[in-house]
Amino acid sequence: MNMSFLLNGTLVSVAPKIGSETLLDYLRLEANLCGTKEGCNEGDCGACTVIVTQQDGVPRPMNACILFLPQLQGCSVRTVEGLAGPDGALHPVQEAMITHHGAQCGFCTPGFVTTMAATHATGETDFDAALAGNLCRCTGYAPIIRAAQAAAQVPAPAWMNERPEPQALQSCDDIFCPQSSDELAQWYARNPDATLIAGGTDVGLWVTKNMQDLGPVAFVSHAKDLRQIRDETDSLRIGAAVTITNLMQAIRPLSASAHQLFSRYGSPQVRNAATIGGNIANGSPIGDGSPALIAMGARLVLRHADARRSLDLEDFFLAYQQQDRRPGEFVESIELPKAQDRLRCYKLSKRFDQDISALCGCFKLEQEAGVITQARIAFGGMAATPARAVKTEAALCGQPWSLETFEQAKAALAEDFTPLSDMRASAGYRRQAASNMLIRYFYDLQESTVNIREVHP
Amino acid sequence: MSAAASLPHDAARQHVSGSARYVDDIPTPQGTLHLAFGLSSCAAGQIKSVDLDAVRAYPGVHLVLEAKDLPHANDVSPSAHDEPLFADGRVHYAGQPIFLVVADSHHLARRAARLAKIEITAELAILTIDQALAAESRFEDGPRIYTKGNAANAMPDAAHRLQGQINLGGQEHFYLEGQAALALAGDHGDMVIHSSTQHPTEIQHKVAEALNIAQHAVRVEVRRMGGGFGGKESQGNALAVACALAASFTGRPCKMRYDRDDDFIITGKRHDCRIDYHVSFDDNGRVQALEFTHYFRCGWALDLSLPVADRAMLHADNAYDLPHVTITSHRLKTNTQSATAFRGFGGPQGMVGIERVMDHIAHSLACDPADVRRRNYYPEMTCEPAAHPSITPYQMEVTDFILGDMTDSLLQRCDYHARKAEVARWNGQNTLLKRGIAFSPVKFGISFTLTHLNQAGALVQIYTDGSVLINHGGTEMGQGLFQKLTQVAARSLGAQQAVIRASATDTSKVPNTSATAASSGADLNGMAVQAACETLIGRLKDHLAEQYGVNATEISFAEGQVTAPGLSLTWQEMIASAYQARISLSATGFYKTPNIAWDRIKGAGRPFLYFAYGAAVTEVVIDTLTGENRILRCDILHDCGASLNPALDIGQIEGGFVQGAGWLTMEELVWDAAGHLKTHAPSTYKIPACSDRPEVFNVDLWPGQNSQKTVYRSKAVGEPPFMHGISAFLALSNAVAACGPQYPDLQAPATSEEVFNAIARARASTP
Repeated sequence: MNMSFLLNGTLVSVAPKIGSETLLDYLRLEANLCGTKEGCNEGDCGACTVIVTQQDGVPRPMNACILFLPQLQGCSVRTVEGLAGPDGALHPVQEAMITHHGAQCGFCTPGFVTTMAATHATGETDFDAALAGNLCRCTGYAPIIRAAQAAAQVPAPAWMNERPEPQALQSCDDIFCPQSSDELAQWYARNPDATLIAGGTDVGLWVTKNMQDLGPVAFVSHAKDLRQIRDETDSLRIGAAVTITNLMQAIRPLSASAHQLFSRYGSPQVRNAATIGGNIANGSPIGDGSPALIAMGARLVLRHADARRSLDLEDFFLAYQQQDRRPGEFVESIELPKAQDRLRCYKLSKRFDQDISALCGCFKLEQEAGVITQARIAFGGMAATPARAVKTEAALCGQPWSLETFEQAKAALAEDFTPLSDMRASAGYRRQAASNMLIRYFYDLQESTVNIREVHP
Repeated sequence: MSAAASLPHDAARQHVSGSARYVDDIPTPQGTLHLAFGLSSCAAGQIKSVDLDAVRAYPGVHLVLEAKDLPHANDVSPSAHDEPLFADGRVHYAGQPIFLVVADSHHLARRAARLAKIEITAELAILTIDQALAAESRFEDGPRIYTKGNAANAMPDAAHRLQGQINLGGQEHFYLEGQAALALAGDHGDMVIHSSTQHPTEIQHKVAEALNIAQHAVRVEVRRMGGGFGGKESQGNALAVACALAASFTGRPCKMRYDRDDDFIITGKRHDCRIDYHVSFDDNGRVQALEFTHYFRCGWALDLSLPVADRAMLHADNAYDLPHVTITSHRLKTNTQSATAFRGFGGPQGMVGIERVMDHIAHSLACDPADVRRRNYYPEMTCEPAAHPSITPYQMEVTDFILGDMTDSLLQRCDYHARKAEVARWNGQNTLLKRGIAFSPVKFGISFTLTHLNQAGALVQIYTDGSVLINHGGTEMGQGLFQKLTQVAARSLGAQQAVIRASATDTSKVPNTSATAASSGADLNGMAVQAACETLIGRLKDHLAEQYGVNATEISFAEGQVTAPGLSLTWQEMIASAYQARISLSATGFYKTPNIAWDRIKGAGRPFLYFAYGAAVTEVVIDTLTGENRILRCDILHDCGASLNPALDIGQIEGGFVQGAGWLTMEELVWDAAGHLKTHAPSTYKIPACSDRPEVFNVDLWPGQNSQKTVYRSKAVGEPPFMHGISAFLALSNAVAACGPQYPDLQAPATSEEVFNAIARARASTP
């Protein structure tokens, strides 16, 4: 295939030999732009961060190590080498990083300054959140945050404004870039063994870590209708290729708690690439999206050629890494009810930001006149799939809204799940912490402070 | 004055613009080949067969090497010649390199390496401390023991006794730049190596051994590392030797960098350990007798484990004057990665041991732990010679102790007592969440304990335009050493900062260097640079006296101006004049640390020139339902003597604290029952991220100067601040203690799960 994108302001055309050539390899090995670093090659450290601007004109940081070139068709890519102005003037974040001693060994610095420049352009000032995907082992972060705060006082330089022109797209047999879900449906029905790539934040690791040959691939995010969110009165219809970043914005008015959960999903770089359809279709037992969506009552629409079927999200997950998805069938959209006032999502991980859950518990209980009338409780990390706590829900329904009720429901939760021990947590801890989340939910809805992030010095 | 100015890192502009080159960024000649190791998947066993046919046949593979193909030494050990480059007959840990693939690209080499068919007859692997003790699997004949007084006899004399145990996890360095090396073969079989290493001279030695060539035929250059933290003191040897061998076999440039997972799986980490303690003390918490037993899990090869475990013993007292103490240290050999240097080099482990004891004593007496610590401090430094010298457990007199004053100052400026009361009040009102606050001091010994390593050389060259190039034995890994040393040179020469540059560390410019380690970089190399500058200044003064008839003692050099009665020259004019007069404008400098001597077997002598001090107060909050926790605030007061560059020193302190707190809280290494490391990437091994730093983070430098004659009376800063992280661990213990009557017995790392378990222990009705 042939494709083109803006690289530091200059249009470049490339013909990737395979669909899985990463942007990082292209930059370092072909474009001689070695400022972008490989730190982990799995999207977990941010050293390879570049700024990707799509046709909406919003600059977003992404991890070059797990971005495949065909994903960048028609985008603008700005690397650390492209942050300075045409006259060599440093970007305000670069100046501030020097002034505030924000770089020590300097290896993570290109990733930091690109993320900071993207953040600077959008005016965001929650720097802990914005920089959650960039790891630094030297500075302890304090001088980097000081630099970000200082740079925020300086206007964004004009050279950072860019809105790339749409570029004609040429697919080939093995690298298919559908323009619509219809095109994808027809092609995938003919090529059921192909790999679908949306954000590539999971498939990327099949390539960089497992060194798999992917064979035929389709880059589904080029299908515009799959990227849409439609308001359907009582629910939202979310296209499968909607990124987590965009999903977060849509969820924010529905549930602050779900929004906070998704704000801990990977990192800004990951959320800017990753899609909700990819997250669901890959069926991770600990995937952070699914427990929340199950508790919210999400339904999934699957499509094969022109045939569609829908099912409750929890029914999609059959067994460990086994989903109810037939050959040639793909996740097309998710239907999400809007009423989520009483939803609460609790994620437990070794690190607050950018970590995979040891345990994720999502709760939504309705009550009338002091009696629990409905319960949807879903967990990740407790079983081979994200799953509802059916016995716990039954134990709660019809009972009075009281601490005693929740204490008693712990016994049912012990029957719902038999978690495993792994490097993230032991089975016993998962079990006890999960049942304590029931207690937290009770206090949370009583408006007690239950979140250590809300405690300040 | 320039030597004390807060100037930015010398490469700051290159860092932020992406033009700072690391080994993997160096443009390579056409035809460069790329290397990858094939690794053992078995922790212990006999290699039955190695079938590499598929590896050799893979397109793009040029060469495959294993132990039997090596022409000379098969060894990359920094110490005991016990670390073969390629497993020879046996494998000793899961992750041990068995063979090497040389291919057209990094990716091809990695892909090909996976095609090997290796059969290993597995044997029972020794993985844990208990397994090693049961099997008597250890380095050295038996434990090392350092003593002062007679702990066993004195133990019953005090009113109170406690026993306990703390397990401390290891720590992955997670330097952002993985290990990397590039070898270029030259004339006469010479070899030029670019390596991401803290120890270019050792790379030079190991390459020379592997190729059986003289050391003068190997030149090692290090411009910078993307972080080191001790992880690049010895762990780069294998890559550099592999590249040199492959370059020697093929005649082509050869480059190797570890993929991050390989880096985790192959290389050594901080030693994990267990510390048992038995202490007796009076009603005020004053220690009478103390027995420590250290169990260090050293991994499969010796590497640097003996000096690491020694340094743990040397910091088992931390800031405390212990009348009777015995420290017993077991160095255990296990079928795991060979544990290696990591910032603090055993010191942090030793220090956690004694800080745990102080915490435990304070809890048992219901005293403020800061008070208990104060009561046990060494006496404060005075101008008068002490009537009763205070002696460490290793027979060194402590003469520069300043923690009494520092502690008073810190507790006052961070409002410790009022905040402690507020924490107690807050805890009384909150059932689900609890806060904790803790103070901890640091006294860290400065010098390599292997005395002969305390030497350094420098080469200072002045060119005819007045520009100055300095070179020295230290390596730049982000700590700002090059900047500090150009500041030292500017001040020593009286030249302007702008005319001075430090060039890449190069074994052909300054030979026989020590590793940039033990916090010694600026201390040793700074003195060597200063010595070279003084030689040059002497020559220049003589020249000016002769040329201009001025009195040499009346000439002053400052900020690029040379003045004497009746004489005023710019630096450049003077240099031009000196060149015309045929004055040598290059000089070497050399420094060896005075007054140190150490017998590590007896555990007696003066291993350190001086101590660096610091104190920290940290406040945390925990969630009793899940054990989740976070650091709210940290206040640090740290002693850098007369700082060479306050901004760079504060950077070391802030970074050290976060790294130290990470070690003791969220960073957890997990091996499975077969000895496979399960946390081998940032997806599973979590170092602190941005939001994990303290929300309020105050760092101040203690306004003092070194009582020893170090470079401009500064103090070393690399390692000591790491141990301020201990205050975060103790604050968690304090928060857990608010949950119930029992001592929390918190173990490290204090992950959410461990905090959760400690809460259950605190709440138990009996200990």
